[in-house]
Amino acid sequence: MKKRSNAPFFWLMFGAGGMLSALFGTALVIITGLATPLGIGLKTDFMAYPRMLAFAQNFIGKGFVMVVITLFAWHAAHRIFHSLHDVGIHSGTVAKLLCYGSAFVMTVIAAYSLLGIGF
Amino acid sequence: MKPQANAEGVRRNPPYVRPMAGWWTRNPFFVRYMVREVTAVAVWVYALVLTFGVLRLSQGEAAWNGWLEAMKSPASIVLHLVLLLGMVLHVHSWFEIMPKTMAPIIVGGERVSASRIQRTGWTVAVVVTLLVLALAVGSQS
Amino acid sequence: MAEPTQTIEIQVLRYRPEEETEPVWQSYQVPYTEDMSVLQGLQYIKDEIDGSVSFRWSCRMAICGSCGMMINRKPSLSCQTFLRDLAPGPVKVEALDHLPIERDLVVSVQPFVKKLESIKPYIIPKVKRELCEGEYLQTPAQLEKIEQFSSCINCMLCYAACPQFGLNPEFTGPGVLALLHRYNEDSRDGGREQRMEILNAEEGVWSCTAVGYCSEVCPKGVDPANAVNQNKINSALDYFIRFLPKKGA
Repeated sequence: MKKRSNAPFFWLMFGAGGMLSALFGTALVIITGLATPLGIGLKTDFMAYPRMLAFAQNFIGKGFVMVVITLFAWHAAHRIFHSLHDVGIHSGTVAKLLCYGSAFVMTVIAAYSLLGIGF
Repeated sequence: MKPQANAEGVRRNPPYVRPMAGWWTRNPFFVRYMVREVTAVAVWVYALVLTFGVLRLSQGEAAWNGWLEAMKSPASIVLHLVLLLGMVLHVHSWFEIMPKTMAPIIVGGERVSASRIQRTGWTVAVVVTLLVLALAVGSQS
Repeated sequence: MAEPTQTIEIQVLRYRPEEETEPVWQSYQVPYTEDMSVLQGLQYIKDEIDGSVSFRWSCRMAICGSCGMMINRKPSLSCQTFLRDLAPGPVKVEALDHLPIERDLVVSVQPFVKKLESIKPYIIPKVKRELCEGEYLQTPAQLEKIEQFSSCINCMLCYAACPQFGLNPEFTGPGVLALLHRYNEDSRDGGREQRMEILNAEEGVWSCTAVGYCSEVCPKGVDPANAVNQNKINSALDYFIRFLPKKGA
């Protein structure tokens, strides 16, 4: 009897995160990493504390940020783990812990922070 | 490995197994595959940047402003240009492989072609990107 | 046929297990005409220059699947690859990637054959059918679902193409999984459940990372990448649905 793989859960996270990042990743990188800091297209106070706090306290905003961080992280972890295998790094357990572990840590920190911000 | 003698007493080396090291460098198709896979690093780094951001946001105004200042640094700008490239490559390669991951879609008695699926995906991504950017600009008033 | 006026260099990766511990390149000058395939070039070498060169071939028309080899680093059928397209050369010919070389261009195929046999590659009827009920009827649409996947000639080019198989020879692999999909999708077949175990294993669909080169090199348009990746969805559904109570429970 061949052992059933547990890959499906991680693969679904990979797929969801891949789709989300394909649709939203470009715009988000532009907004948070380029447009706002440089003041191009957006004012430099676009992400000022009061505005961002309100966004993160809002149910939808909170959910959006949580979903983005979580799915981006788990998508990347899954792909990076398999890429390590592709280039000859096969230490299964250590590689798994580092890759999926980092996604787990990001998920926990994001959840903790977003809950801490309150509603 | 020393050759083993077979039934006729002839010494013969075993079937030769070629090493896999560097396999992806030996074919342009595989190089493109690796570029696709490496876009995950961009997604990972950006998730990390956002995680830090949300952490700093939860730590109060001073912490948040520190994060905002860090995002203005030349190093951060350069990083985000690289992340942007990674994201765009990800969008391209994601929809490029998408038809392979789907069961056939029959519309009007004919199977929807792979290129139609790819073009649709790209179009949706561009539309969503523009919508989000427009939303951001619009929300400033 | 016109007398050959051109020659091309064909380099063959030789491996004689009774003489060598490692393969070694050997070069041949081959006169060729516009209509000659790489297979014909090899046959010229064997007939006229060096009778010791070993390679598989049979039909010469891309249907038997015997003559698969790496030609300039691409898994190809040598009967369907033409010297005129590779001129001015040199043409580098070696045994199919990822498979152990037994001699020269001959690879070990037994593991592949065993995998083919393991997936139950035959119609498992949904319901026992008596002879007097006549033949199964199939609509053109039902045939279309399986036709491309049934076109496989077992040439193993997809295994030479697949780096995941190269990294892990336990991977069931593109060709075998395409055949499995062919039977699952056949309207006459009811054996899906019995084949799930193979799909669900780590060496089943979950070793695939959608490189897609298998479908690129397939000489018959089988699209094994699609067969494998469609079944990731099926396997994932099977993974989660097993927790739901079965009908009638």
